[in-house]
Amino acid sequence: MRLEARLKQTAKAFGPKPAVVAGDGQMTYGELEVLSASLAATFIGTGVRSGDRIVMVLDNGWEAVVSFFACWKAGAVACPLHPTIKAEKLAAILDSTGARLVIAQGRLRATVDAAIAMAVAPPRLILVQAGTDDTGDAMGFEQALQMPAPAPLACPPADPDALALLIHTSGSTGRAKGVMLSHANVLAACQSIASYLGNSPDDTVLSVLPLSFGYGITQMVTMVLAGGTLVLEKSFAFPRKIVQRLAEVKATGFPLVPTMAALITAMKDLPPGSLPDLRYISSAAAAMPPAIGGQLQQMFPDTRLYLMYGQTECLRATYLSPDEACGRIGSVGKAIPGTDAFVIDDDGRRAAPGVVGELIVEGPHVMQGYWQDPLASALALSPIDGGRRLHTGDLFRTDAEGFLYFVSRRDDIIKTRGEKVSPQEVENALYSLPGITEAAVAGADDPIFGQVVRAYVVLAEGAVLGEREIIRHCAGLLEDYMVPKSVEFRTALPRTTTGKIRLSAEPPQTVNEGNAA
Amino acid sequence: MAEAYAATLREFIAENFLFRADAEIADNQSLLDSGVMDSTGVLELIAFLEKTYGVSIADEEIVPENLDSIDNMTRYLATKLPAAA
Repeated sequence: MRLEARLKQTAKAFGPKPAVVAGDGQMTYGELEVLSASLAATFIGTGVRSGDRIVMVLDNGWEAVVSFFACWKAGAVACPLHPTIKAEKLAAILDSTGARLVIAQGRLRATVDAAIAMAVAPPRLILVQAGTDDTGDAMGFEQALQMPAPAPLACPPADPDALALLIHTSGSTGRAKGVMLSHANVLAACQSIASYLGNSPDDTVLSVLPLSFGYGITQMVTMVLAGGTLVLEKSFAFPRKIVQRLAEVKATGFPLVPTMAALITAMKDLPPGSLPDLRYISSAAAAMPPAIGGQLQQMFPDTRLYLMYGQTECLRATYLSPDEACGRIGSVGKAIPGTDAFVIDDDGRRAAPGVVGELIVEGPHVMQGYWQDPLASALALSPIDGGRRLHTGDLFRTDAEGFLYFVSRRDDIIKTRGEKVSPQEVENALYSLPGITEAAVAGADDPIFGQVVRAYVVLAEGAVLGEREIIRHCAGLLEDYMVPKSVEFRTALPRTTTGKIRLSAEPPQTVNEGNAA
Repeated sequence: MAEAYAATLREFIAENFLFRADAEIADNQSLLDSGVMDSTGVLELIAFLEKTYGVSIADEEIVPENLDSIDNMTRYLATKLPAAA
C-alpha cells in the first residue's frame, strides 16, 4: 500500500475530524483528501509525471501537509528541504534531483529565484503565501488548489516500492546525501512507531519539528495512519508559547529533541503536572542527557517518556519503552517492532554484551540507497535475505539483556540541537572566503544544544578578517543551524602524518554566554 | 528613549541576524515569521538585552509579545526600565 491510499482510508473513516491544525486554522481529513487531489491535478497539469521529484522549501503549515500528499497522489517523490537553505545549495539540489517543480514559501522568493536561475533545467515554481497577487512566472498556492481534481485522478501505478521521499542529510564528505525512502519504507517505519506509541484517533500531536526532517515527517504520517490530529508550530523559539499551546490544544503527544527538553526543564515556574492531557513525550535526533530526561519526567510525572534513536536512512531504529527505562540510564532500548537492530564486532559478527561495535539495522524500513550515489549506497547498505542491512556508522554497545547504548559516531559529524552538521561542508564554506588558508570545524560541548559548531581558522599573511565577517560569510552559504557560533584564530592547525587537519587533540570547549536562558 | 532602544535593537539585529534574511525588516514585523530570528537567535537576543540594559528577563517574559519585533522589544524595555522611559 502507498501513503496516499492510507490518507484515503482515514478520510473515509474520519472525514470531518481535524487532520491538521496550524495557527488559527484547521483542516479536516475530508478537506486534506480533496485539496491534495486538486493540487496533484495541478502538478500533473504542469507536466509532473510518475517518479518526478518535487522540491519543497516550506515552513511547518497545512500547505506543507497538502503538498506531501499531493506529491504522492501525482506519483511524484517529495523532496523537502530546510527553509533556511541558501541559493547555491538549493541550485545544486535542483540539478542533482532534476526537480520538475518547486513549492516554496513566498518570503523565500529571492533565494529560490536565484537558485532557479542557476539551475540547468529550471523547474516551475509554486509560491505559498506569496504576499502579492502578481507572482510573475510563479503560480500562487491558492490558485494551484483551485484546479478541480479530475474524477478519478489518473492514479499513479500502485507500486509501494516507488520512492515517496528524498530527504537530504549531511554526509561526512561535505556534500548532502539524498536518502531514498519508498512508500513501503515510510509505512513500515510509521506503522511500527504508531504501534509502540499506541497512537489512536484520540491522539493530538503537537510538532515543532521541521517537515524537512524524518522525525517531523513521521509525526505527520503516524497521525494520518492513526486518524489523529497534527498540530503544527513553526518554531520552538518561545518555549513558553509552545507549553501554553500544548495545554490549549490538549496535546496527547509531544515529540521533541533534547535541546527542547533542556529549555523546558529550565522553566522553573512550571508546576509539575501542568499538562494533564499529555500522554507521551518522545525524544530523538540526539542523545538525551540523563539529568535532563530525569527532570523532564519530574515535571510531567504522568507522561510517558520514550527515548528513541534513528537516522534518516531508516527513519527510526530503536526505542526504550518507559516500562523498561528503570535502571537503564542512557539506553535507547531495542529495535522498533518488526525490525532488528544489533551491534556487530570488527569481524562482522554479533558482538557480545559490553563490546563496542557498529549498530546494524535490518527491516522493511531500511532505505533504498542514496540518490545517484552508488558508492555511498554500497558502503551503507549490504544485501541480506529478503532485504537490506543498514550500517549506521554509529558505535553502540548492549547490556546483558540486549538493551542498546549509544557510544559515539564513527565519523566526525556534529550534532547540534538535534540536527546533523558535516564539518567538511562548513569547512568548504570557510575555504571559499579569500584570506582563510586553513580551516577546521568541530563540535564544542554545550548544555543546551548538545554541541555547537566552532570554526578554527588560519589567516593568510596580511589578511584582515574578523569573527563576525567569517560567520556572516558562512551564513550566506549554509543553513542556519550549520553556521559556526564562534571562530577561533590560530597561527597553525594540528595535522596528522598524512597532512589531514585533526582537531581531536583539542581540549573540549565550553559554553558561550548566550545559553544562560 | 524608545527611539534610542529601537536604534540599538535595529543595529543588533542587522549585525547578528539580518544576513540570514533576504530583505530589511520593519519595526513592526515579526522576526520569527520573517525568518530573521530562530530559536538560537532568541537566546542570543535575551543575552544581549540582559547585558546591554542590565535587565533580568524572567521565563514568563520570553514571549513573542515582548520580543518578536523591534516595536514589541521597545515597548517591553520601557516597562522594564520605567525610570529611564
